[in-house]
Amino acid sequence: MKAVSAAGDAEAVSGPAIDVRGLRKSFGTLEVLAGIDFSVARGEVVCVIGPSGSGKSTLLRCVNLLEEPTSGTVTVAGTEVTDPDVDIDKVRRRIGMVFQSFNLFPHLTVLENLTLPQRRVLGRDRAEAAGIARERLARVGLTDKESAYPAQLSGGQQQRVAIARALAMDPELMLFDEPTSALDPELVGDVLAVMRSLADEGMTMLVVTHEMSFAREVADRVVFMDGGVIVEEGAPEQVIGAPRHARTRSFLARLLTPATADLTEAAEAADGAGKRSGPV
Amino acid sequence: MSISRRQRTRAIRGGQYAVLVVVLLVVALAADWGEIRRAFFDVEVAKAQFPDIITTALLNTVVYTLLGFGFGLAAGLLLALMRLSRVPPYRWLAIAYIEFFRGIPALLVFIALGFGVPLAFQVALNQYVTVMLALGLVGAAYMAETIRAGIQAVPKGQMEAARSLGMSQSRAMVSIIIPQALRIVLPPLTNELILLTKDSSLVYLLGLSLSQYELAKFGRDALNQNRSLTPILIAGLCYLIITLPLGHLVRRLEARTAKAR
Ligand SMILES: Nc1ncnc2c1ncn2[C@@H]1O[C@H](COP(=O)(O)OP(=O)(O)O)[C@@H](O)[C@H]1O
Ligand SMILES: [Mg+2]
Repeated sequence: MKAVSAAGDAEAVSGPAIDVRGLRKSFGTLEVLAGIDFSVARGEVVCVIGPSGSGKSTLLRCVNLLEEPTSGTVTVAGTEVTDPDVDIDKVRRRIGMVFQSFNLFPHLTVLENLTLPQRRVLGRDRAEAAGIARERLARVGLTDKESAYPAQLSGGQQQRVAIARALAMDPELMLFDEPTSALDPELVGDVLAVMRSLADEGMTMLVVTHEMSFAREVADRVVFMDGGVIVEEGAPEQVIGAPRHARTRSFLARLLTPATADLTEAAEAADGAGKRSGPV
Repeated sequence: MSISRRQRTRAIRGGQYAVLVVVLLVVALAADWGEIRRAFFDVEVAKAQFPDIITTALLNTVVYTLLGFGFGLAAGLLLALMRLSRVPPYRWLAIAYIEFFRGIPALLVFIALGFGVPLAFQVALNQYVTVMLALGLVGAAYMAETIRAGIQAVPKGQMEAARSLGMSQSRAMVSIIIPQALRIVLPPLTNELILLTKDSSLVYLLGLSLSQYELAKFGRDALNQNRSLTPILIAGLCYLIITLPLGHLVRRLEARTAKAR
């Protein structure tokens, strides 16, 4: 029951943050996304779970057009990004993305990692960019690392810098692709804490993760994908706690007790299974 | 009678030393040392080369090399980007250029630019422009391939991260990819600088005025005047003053890169 104003861009103001319709993506003859429909409301936190190779990363990458969808539409905050006339660089700056492998710029200091995109993309001046960068670094608890180079930081610190770098662009929503899967177990908690506080502040988040405890506690909704389709979605306590589909149940069983399942399958199912903090 | 393996190894090594001693003895006895000293280490001739061999010849060698390197680096970067372009004609042009200039002797380029262009077009190029082009055109072909490899060695995630922050393809190239690529190819580029230092000796082909002499031409001139090889030896040592530290730098850069991996 959202109030719709008479203005023409009412849709842009009150519509969903992400709206995906009939999305298909093939690499050559391999169909990776076989018709996806779903949307994320503003301020909502949605976790995407599913076995390796089910198309989770591809789905995320279609949202900011790092991958070109084969067919279907993706609309981000009222802008149809799949429209060929849309300036994709303008859309991307509104969408923060955090990668499994951090992808910090190794030739720049932490502060420069945060200021360079602001200055080159948003046209902020040096002082303004630095001010915003320091505020974001404080938010992820890395104030003292601004003059370090990425190689001098732990994985967990690098990933928090990557989150701060995305936040410095003042994005309307954030995409996370397995942000803790490349981390040593003891470093996962710091990154999840930052993501949790972001969610508390009302950031719209689409998170691919194997961290079931995070999904349970933070997500408004959990989406389970397998074989390029959404098998089931719903509240975390339903999808994780009482899954309806056999595929969801077997995925969760393998994820939570990898020792009892076929070893290769389990390793494949959860590239981060050994590194998760475990169910609470 | 059987000898052990160790005995045999010892015998062979002893033989190798014996041959060396005999050769050295023969050379020492047969050679006319006075003549050799006059030819290579004539102190008077050596003294006469200074300070010009440093202030003119060595300096000019460095200037010519840097001119060629600077032009070659810029052109090489452009060629590398063309080589990686999504527009096929750019790729073809770059490949044709690279294959052509890597396949012909640098000497031919010097002749073409030094004598061919002035004759055919009735224009006299500035000496420095000629040197810059002649050294740079060939250097660019080699540097282009090096830089292309460097660009391709930057992880794919770097471009994706840059694009996901809203940077355009070209902005990401300039700010993110190329700085990292140049860092990766610093050792081979330094090697190219060493090669160019030596190739700059080809400048001696062009009719240069006295003040434009570089090391090789300077040495050759002094050789004619003094009928002594001493100036050539000194010129050689001057090249080593440049190339040996650069070679050392390359090894250190390579070690650093290996450690960073
Ligand atoms: N650029 C690509 N080219 C070809 N195949 C790809 C490419 N990216 C992903 N794939 C394939 O698509 C499938 C889904 O990949 P992905 O979306 O990364 O799955 P997930 O993130 O769920 O593990 C995999 O089989 C993968 O090999
Ligand atoms: Mg993935």
